[in-house]
Amino acid sequence: MCTMIVKKVEIAGSAKGASDWFRLEKANVSFDHPFNAPFEHALNIDFVNESQGPSARIAVELSEDAARELVKTILSVLDQAEAGGHLESQRQRTP
Amino acid sequence: MYTTDMYEGLLAETITLTGANGERINAYLARPLGAGPFPAIVLAHHMPGWDQWYREVALKFALRGYVSLSPNLYFRSGHGTPEDIAAKVRAEGGIPDDQAVGDLAGALGYLRASAYTNGKVGIFGTCSGGRHAYLAACRAPGFDAVVDCWGGRVVMKPEELNSNFPVAPIDYTKDLPCPILGLFGNEDSSPSPEQVDLHEAELKKNNKVYEFYRYDGAGHGFFYYHRPNYRQEQAVDGWQKLFAFLEKYLG
Repeated sequence: MCTMIVKKVEIAGSAKGASDWFRLEKANVSFDHPFNAPFEHALNIDFVNESQGPSARIAVELSEDAARELVKTILSVLDQAEAGGHLESQRQRTP
Repeated sequence: MYTTDMYEGLLAETITLTGANGERINAYLARPLGAGPFPAIVLAHHMPGWDQWYREVALKFALRGYVSLSPNLYFRSGHGTPEDIAAKVRAEGGIPDDQAVGDLAGALGYLRASAYTNGKVGIFGTCSGGRHAYLAACRAPGFDAVVDCWGGRVVMKPEELNSNFPVAPIDYTKDLPCPILGLFGNEDSSPSPEQVDLHEAELKKNNKVYEFYRYDGAGHGFFYYHRPNYRQEQAVDGWQKLFAFLEKYLG
Protein backbone atom coordinates (compact mmCIF):
# COMPACT_ATOMS: atom_id res chain seq x y z
CA MET A 1 0.00 0.00 0.00
CA CYS A 2 2.76 2.31 -0.82
CA THR A 3 1.09 4.89 -3.04
CA MET A 4 -2.47 4.75 -1.69
CA ILE A 5 -3.69 6.02 -5.07
CA VAL A 6 -7.08 4.35 -5.50
CA LYS A 7 -10.54 5.27 -6.77
CA LYS A 8 -13.76 3.31 -6.89
CA VAL A 9 -16.39 3.60 -9.58
CA GLU A 10 -19.83 1.99 -9.72
CA ILE A 11 -20.32 0.04 -12.92
CA ALA A 12 -22.89 -2.22 -14.53
CA GLY A 13 -22.04 -5.38 -16.44
CA SER A 14 -20.85 -8.94 -15.97
CA ALA A 15 -17.47 -10.57 -15.54
CA LYS A 16 -16.33 -14.15 -16.09
CA GLY A 17 -14.61 -15.57 -13.04
CA ALA A 18 -12.77 -18.86 -12.65
CA SER A 19 -15.98 -20.84 -12.43
CA ASP A 20 -18.83 -18.70 -13.67
CA TRP A 21 -20.11 -15.30 -14.62
CA PHE A 22 -21.05 -12.80 -11.94
CA ARG A 23 -22.77 -9.45 -11.94
CA LEU A 24 -20.41 -6.49 -11.56
CA GLU A 25 -21.13 -3.62 -9.22
CA LYS A 26 -17.84 -1.79 -8.90
CA ALA A 27 -14.39 -1.26 -10.40
CA ASN A 28 -11.53 -0.41 -8.06
CA VAL A 29 -8.81 1.42 -9.93
CA SER A 30 -5.42 1.89 -8.30
CA PHE A 31 -1.85 2.74 -9.17
CA ASP A 32 0.11 0.66 -6.70
CA HIS A 33 2.07 -2.56 -6.38
CA PRO A 34 0.68 -5.30 -8.62
CA PHE A 35 0.52 -8.91 -7.45
CA ASN A 36 1.70 -10.44 -10.69
CA ALA A 37 2.61 -7.99 -13.46
CA PRO A 38 6.39 -7.45 -13.65
CA PHE A 39 6.36 -3.79 -12.59
CA GLU A 40 7.03 -2.03 -9.30
CA HIS A 41 3.75 -0.18 -9.75
CA ALA A 42 0.91 -0.86 -12.17
CA LEU A 43 -2.49 0.46 -13.14
CA ASN A 44 -4.62 -2.12 -11.39
CA ILE A 45 -8.31 -2.63 -12.04
CA ASP A 46 -10.32 -4.97 -9.85
CA PHE A 47 -13.79 -5.64 -11.23
CA VAL A 48 -15.75 -6.77 -8.18
CA ASN A 49 -19.06 -7.61 -6.62
CA GLU A 50 -18.50 -7.17 -2.89
CA SER A 51 -21.82 -8.77 -2.01
CA GLN A 52 -20.45 -12.06 -3.35
CA GLY A 53 -17.28 -11.96 -1.27
CA PRO A 54 -13.63 -11.16 -2.00
CA SER A 55 -13.25 -13.92 -4.59
CA ALA A 56 -15.76 -12.21 -6.89
CA ARG A 57 -12.94 -10.25 -8.44
CA ILE A 58 -11.47 -10.03 -11.91
CA ALA A 59 -8.01 -8.52 -11.63
CA VAL A 60 -6.15 -6.70 -14.38
CA GLU A 61 -2.68 -5.23 -13.89
CA LEU A 62 -1.47 -2.98 -16.70
CA SER A 63 1.61 -0.98 -17.55
CA GLU A 64 1.11 2.75 -17.77
CA ASP A 65 1.28 2.67 -21.59
CA ALA A 66 -1.10 -0.27 -21.81
CA ALA A 67 -3.60 1.46 -19.54
CA ARG A 68 -3.57 4.64 -21.62
CA GLU A 69 -3.94 2.67 -24.86
CA LEU A 70 -6.81 0.70 -23.38
CA VAL A 71 -8.65 3.87 -22.35
CA LYS A 72 -8.17 5.37 -25.81
CA THR A 73 -9.35 2.17 -27.46
CA ILE A 74 -12.45 1.90 -25.29
CA LEU A 75 -13.39 5.49 -26.06
CA SER A 76 -12.73 4.95 -29.76
CA VAL A 77 -14.95 1.88 -29.86
CA LEU A 78 -17.71 3.73 -28.00
CA ASP A 79 -17.44 6.63 -30.45
CA GLN A 80 -17.78 4.23 -33.37
CA ALA A 81 -20.78 2.56 -31.77
CA GLU A 82 -22.37 5.94 -31.12
CA ALA A 83 -21.81 6.96 -34.75
CA GLY A 84 -23.65 3.83 -35.83
CA GLY A 85 -26.51 4.44 -33.44
CA HIS A 86 -25.82 1.26 -31.53
CA LEU A 87 -25.59 2.61 -27.98
CA GLU A 88 -28.24 1.48 -25.52
CA SER A 89 -28.78 5.09 -24.46
CA GLN A 90 -29.50 6.07 -28.11
CA ARG A 91 -31.84 3.16 -28.72
CA GLN A 92 -33.86 3.97 -25.57
CA ARG A 93 -34.49 7.47 -26.99
CA THR A 94 -35.84 6.02 -30.23
CA PRO A 95 -39.69 5.83 -30.21
CA MET B 1 24.48 -21.80 13.10
CA TYR B 2 23.70 -25.48 12.73
CA THR B 3 26.24 -28.19 12.05
CA THR B 4 25.56 -31.37 10.14
CA ASP B 5 25.60 -33.55 13.26
CA MET B 6 22.80 -31.62 14.98
CA TYR B 7 19.17 -32.52 15.42
CA GLU B 8 16.88 -29.64 14.62
CA GLY B 9 13.17 -29.16 14.23
CA LEU B 10 10.58 -26.45 13.82
CA LEU B 11 6.98 -26.03 14.75
CA ALA B 12 4.85 -23.80 12.55
CA GLU B 13 1.13 -23.30 12.80
CA THR B 14 -1.73 -20.84 12.66
CA ILE B 15 -2.74 -19.53 16.07
CA THR B 16 -5.07 -16.81 17.32
CA LEU B 17 -4.14 -13.86 19.51
CA THR B 18 -5.78 -10.77 20.93
CA GLY B 19 -5.21 -7.76 18.71
CA ALA B 20 -6.49 -4.19 18.53
CA ASN B 21 -9.60 -3.38 20.57
CA GLY B 22 -9.43 -6.78 22.25
CA GLU B 23 -10.46 -8.54 19.03
CA ARG B 24 -9.19 -12.01 18.17
CA ILE B 25 -7.20 -12.32 14.95
CA ASN B 26 -5.21 -15.16 13.45
CA ALA B 27 -1.45 -15.26 13.12
CA TYR B 28 1.29 -17.54 11.81
CA LEU B 29 3.76 -18.75 14.42
CA ALA B 30 7.05 -20.49 13.61
CA ARG B 31 9.55 -21.49 16.26
CA PRO B 32 12.42 -23.84 16.89
CA LEU B 33 11.50 -26.95 18.82
CA GLY B 34 12.72 -27.04 22.37
CA ALA B 35 12.42 -25.04 25.53
CA GLY B 36 14.66 -22.20 24.42
CA PRO B 37 14.68 -19.57 25.62
CA PHE B 38 14.71 -18.04 22.13
CA PRO B 39 14.68 -14.42 21.01
CA ALA B 40 11.46 -13.46 19.28
CA ILE B 41 10.33 -11.31 16.40
CA VAL B 42 7.00 -9.96 15.19
CA LEU B 43 6.58 -9.84 11.41
CA ALA B 44 4.48 -7.02 9.94
CA HIS B 45 3.40 -8.27 6.52
CA HIS B 46 3.48 -6.19 3.37
CA MET B 47 0.83 -4.63 1.16
CA PRO B 48 0.34 -7.83 -0.94
CA GLY B 49 -1.06 -9.36 2.19
CA TRP B 50 -0.59 -12.12 4.73
CA ASP B 51 0.87 -14.27 2.05
CA GLN B 52 3.20 -17.13 1.23
CA TRP B 53 6.30 -14.94 1.34
CA TYR B 54 5.62 -14.01 4.95
CA ARG B 55 5.17 -17.64 5.90
CA GLU B 56 8.52 -18.38 4.33
CA VAL B 57 10.09 -15.47 6.19
CA ALA B 58 8.60 -16.75 9.45
CA LEU B 59 10.24 -20.11 8.76
CA LYS B 60 13.52 -18.41 7.86
CA PHE B 61 13.61 -16.62 11.21
CA ALA B 62 12.71 -19.84 13.03
CA LEU B 63 15.56 -21.65 11.27
CA ARG B 64 17.87 -18.96 12.59
CA GLY B 65 16.67 -19.55 16.14
CA TYR B 66 13.90 -16.97 16.50
CA VAL B 67 10.32 -17.42 17.55
CA SER B 68 8.54 -15.52 14.80
CA LEU B 69 4.95 -14.43 14.74
CA SER B 70 3.15 -12.87 11.79
CA PRO B 71 -0.30 -11.51 12.66
CA ASN B 72 -2.89 -11.24 9.92
CA LEU B 73 -3.25 -7.47 9.78
CA TYR B 74 -6.04 -7.85 7.20
CA PHE B 75 -8.10 -10.22 9.36
CA ARG B 76 -11.02 -7.81 9.60
CA SER B 77 -11.32 -7.55 5.82
CA GLY B 78 -12.58 -11.11 5.54
CA HIS B 79 -11.15 -14.37 4.31
CA GLY B 80 -10.16 -15.72 0.92
CA THR B 81 -6.92 -15.92 -0.99
CA PRO B 82 -4.26 -13.48 0.30
CA GLU B 83 -4.41 -11.59 -3.01
CA ASP B 84 -8.19 -11.18 -2.96
CA ILE B 85 -8.10 -9.91 0.61
CA ALA B 86 -5.17 -7.60 -0.09
CA ALA B 87 -6.97 -6.23 -3.15
CA LYS B 88 -9.97 -5.48 -0.97
CA VAL B 89 -7.78 -3.66 1.53
CA ARG B 90 -6.12 -1.76 -1.31
CA ALA B 91 -9.54 -0.61 -2.52
CA GLU B 92 -10.42 0.50 1.00
CA GLY B 93 -7.30 2.67 1.10
CA GLY B 94 -5.39 0.51 3.57
CA ILE B 95 -5.98 -0.31 7.21
CA PRO B 96 -6.06 2.27 10.02
CA ASP B 97 -2.72 2.84 11.71
CA ASP B 98 -4.23 2.43 15.19
CA GLN B 99 -5.57 -0.99 14.22
CA ALA B 100 -2.21 -2.15 12.84
CA VAL B 101 -0.35 -0.94 15.92
CA GLY B 102 -2.91 -2.66 18.18
CA ASP B 103 -2.56 -5.96 16.34
CA LEU B 104 1.25 -5.81 16.39
CA ALA B 105 1.18 -4.94 20.09
CA GLY B 106 -1.02 -7.99 20.58
CA ALA B 107 1.61 -10.13 18.88
CA LEU B 108 4.26 -8.62 21.16
CA GLY B 109 2.13 -9.50 24.19
CA TYR B 110 1.67 -13.07 22.95
CA LEU B 111 5.42 -13.55 22.58
CA ARG B 112 6.24 -11.96 25.92
CA ALA B 113 3.82 -14.38 27.61
CA SER B 114 5.39 -17.43 25.93
CA ALA B 115 7.50 -19.68 28.11
CA TYR B 116 10.08 -20.33 25.40
CA THR B 117 11.14 -16.73 24.64
CA ASN B 118 14.12 -14.97 26.21
CA GLY B 119 12.34 -11.69 26.93
CA LYS B 120 13.70 -9.90 23.87
CA VAL B 121 11.26 -9.15 21.04
CA GLY B 122 12.02 -7.35 17.80
CA ILE B 123 9.78 -6.34 14.93
CA PHE B 124 10.40 -6.64 11.19
CA GLY B 125 8.41 -5.41 8.21
CA THR B 126 8.71 -4.76 4.50
CA CYS B 127 6.88 -2.23 2.31
CA SER B 128 3.76 -1.09 4.22
CA GLY B 129 4.91 -3.55 6.90
CA GLY B 130 8.13 -1.58 7.32
CA ARG B 131 6.03 1.49 8.01
CA HIS B 132 3.78 -0.46 10.40
CA ALA B 133 6.82 -1.93 12.17
CA TYR B 134 8.23 1.54 12.74
CA LEU B 135 4.89 2.85 13.99
CA ALA B 136 4.49 -0.09 16.36
CA ALA B 137 8.03 0.25 17.70
CA CYS B 138 7.41 3.93 18.46
CA ARG B 139 3.90 3.55 19.87
CA ALA B 140 3.66 0.11 21.50
CA PRO B 141 6.07 -0.07 24.44
CA GLY B 142 8.27 -3.11 24.67
CA PHE B 143 10.04 -3.78 21.38
CA ASP B 144 13.81 -4.22 21.68
CA ALA B 145 14.74 -3.69 18.01
CA VAL B 146 13.01 -2.75 14.76
CA VAL B 147 13.87 -3.59 11.15
CA ASP B 148 12.30 -1.31 8.54
CA CYS B 149 12.77 -2.64 5.02
CA TRP B 150 11.83 0.03 2.46
CA GLY B 151 8.80 1.18 4.39
CA GLY B 152 7.00 3.79 2.32
CA ARG B 153 5.08 6.76 3.68
CA VAL B 154 7.10 7.09 6.88
CA VAL B 155 7.45 10.65 5.65
CA MET B 156 4.02 12.03 4.67
CA LYS B 157 2.71 15.29 3.30
CA PRO B 158 0.00 17.04 5.33
CA GLU B 159 -2.54 16.35 2.57
CA GLU B 160 -1.89 12.60 2.91
CA LEU B 161 -3.01 12.55 6.55
CA ASN B 162 -6.58 11.48 7.36
CA SER B 163 -8.52 9.66 10.05
CA ASN B 164 -6.82 6.35 9.20
CA PHE B 165 -3.37 7.90 9.05
CA PRO B 166 -3.55 10.86 11.43
CA VAL B 167 0.17 11.25 12.14
CA ALA B 168 3.17 10.69 9.89
CA PRO B 169 5.33 7.91 11.39
CA ILE B 170 8.42 10.14 11.27
CA ASP B 171 6.72 12.42 13.80
CA TYR B 172 6.83 9.62 16.40
CA THR B 173 10.61 9.32 16.13
CA LYS B 174 11.26 10.96 19.48
CA ASP B 175 9.32 8.09 21.12
CA LEU B 176 11.34 5.28 19.49
CA PRO B 177 12.73 3.28 22.43
CA CYS B 178 14.97 0.81 20.58
CA PRO B 179 17.64 0.55 17.87
CA ILE B 180 16.49 0.54 14.25
CA LEU B 181 17.93 -1.10 11.14
CA GLY B 182 16.79 0.36 7.82
CA LEU B 183 17.37 -1.26 4.43
CA PHE B 184 16.56 0.77 1.33
CA GLY B 185 17.04 0.74 -2.43
CA ASN B 186 18.35 3.92 -3.99
CA GLU B 187 16.05 3.42 -7.00
CA ASP B 188 12.92 3.26 -4.86
CA SER B 189 10.25 5.95 -5.19
CA SER B 190 8.46 5.13 -1.93
CA PRO B 191 10.50 5.72 0.12
CA SER B 192 12.62 7.92 -2.11
CA PRO B 193 16.27 8.51 -1.17
CA GLU B 194 15.25 12.03 -0.12
CA GLN B 195 12.63 10.64 2.26
CA VAL B 196 15.18 8.22 3.71
CA ASP B 197 17.48 11.23 4.24
CA LEU B 198 14.73 12.98 6.20
CA HIS B 199 14.09 9.90 8.31
CA GLU B 200 17.77 9.46 9.07
CA ALA B 201 18.13 13.14 9.99
CA GLU B 202 15.21 12.82 12.40
CA LEU B 203 16.76 9.76 14.07
CA LYS B 204 20.06 11.59 14.38
CA LYS B 205 18.43 14.70 15.79
CA ASN B 206 16.75 12.61 18.48
CA ASN B 207 19.95 10.70 19.34
CA LYS B 208 18.51 7.33 18.34
CA VAL B 209 20.60 4.23 17.68
CA TYR B 210 20.24 3.43 14.01
CA GLU B 211 21.88 1.64 11.10
CA PHE B 212 20.71 2.61 7.63
CA TYR B 213 21.98 0.84 4.52
CA ARG B 214 21.13 2.09 1.05
CA TYR B 215 21.76 -0.08 -1.97
CA ASP B 216 22.65 1.09 -5.45
CA GLY B 217 21.08 -0.92 -8.26
CA ALA B 218 18.07 -1.80 -6.10
CA GLY B 219 14.57 -0.40 -5.89
CA HIS B 220 11.57 -1.40 -3.84
CA GLY B 221 11.29 -4.92 -2.46
CA PHE B 222 14.70 -6.23 -3.44
CA PHE B 223 14.31 -9.27 -1.12
CA TYR B 224 11.32 -10.57 -3.11
CA TYR B 225 12.85 -13.41 -5.10
CA HIS B 226 9.54 -14.07 -6.86
CA ARG B 227 9.38 -10.57 -8.32
CA PRO B 228 11.49 -8.87 -11.01
CA ASN B 229 12.74 -6.30 -8.48
CA TYR B 230 14.74 -9.02 -6.68
CA ARG B 231 18.42 -8.13 -6.43
CA GLN B 232 20.49 -11.13 -5.41
CA GLU B 233 23.66 -9.40 -4.25
CA GLN B 234 21.87 -6.67 -2.32
CA ALA B 235 19.41 -9.14 -0.79
CA VAL B 236 22.15 -11.45 0.47
CA ASP B 237 24.00 -8.52 2.02
CA GLY B 238 20.77 -7.16 3.49
CA TRP B 239 19.86 -10.45 5.18
CA GLN B 240 23.39 -10.69 6.61
CA LYS B 241 23.18 -7.19 8.05
CA LEU B 242 19.70 -7.91 9.36
CA PHE B 243 20.68 -11.03 11.27
CA ALA B 244 23.84 -9.38 12.62
CA PHE B 245 21.72 -6.51 13.91
CA LEU B 246 19.18 -8.81 15.56
CA GLU B 247 21.90 -10.97 17.12
CA LYS B 248 23.38 -7.81 18.62
CA TYR B 249 20.16 -6.57 20.19
CA LEU B 250 18.04 -9.69 20.76
CA GLY B 251 20.54 -12.52 21.06
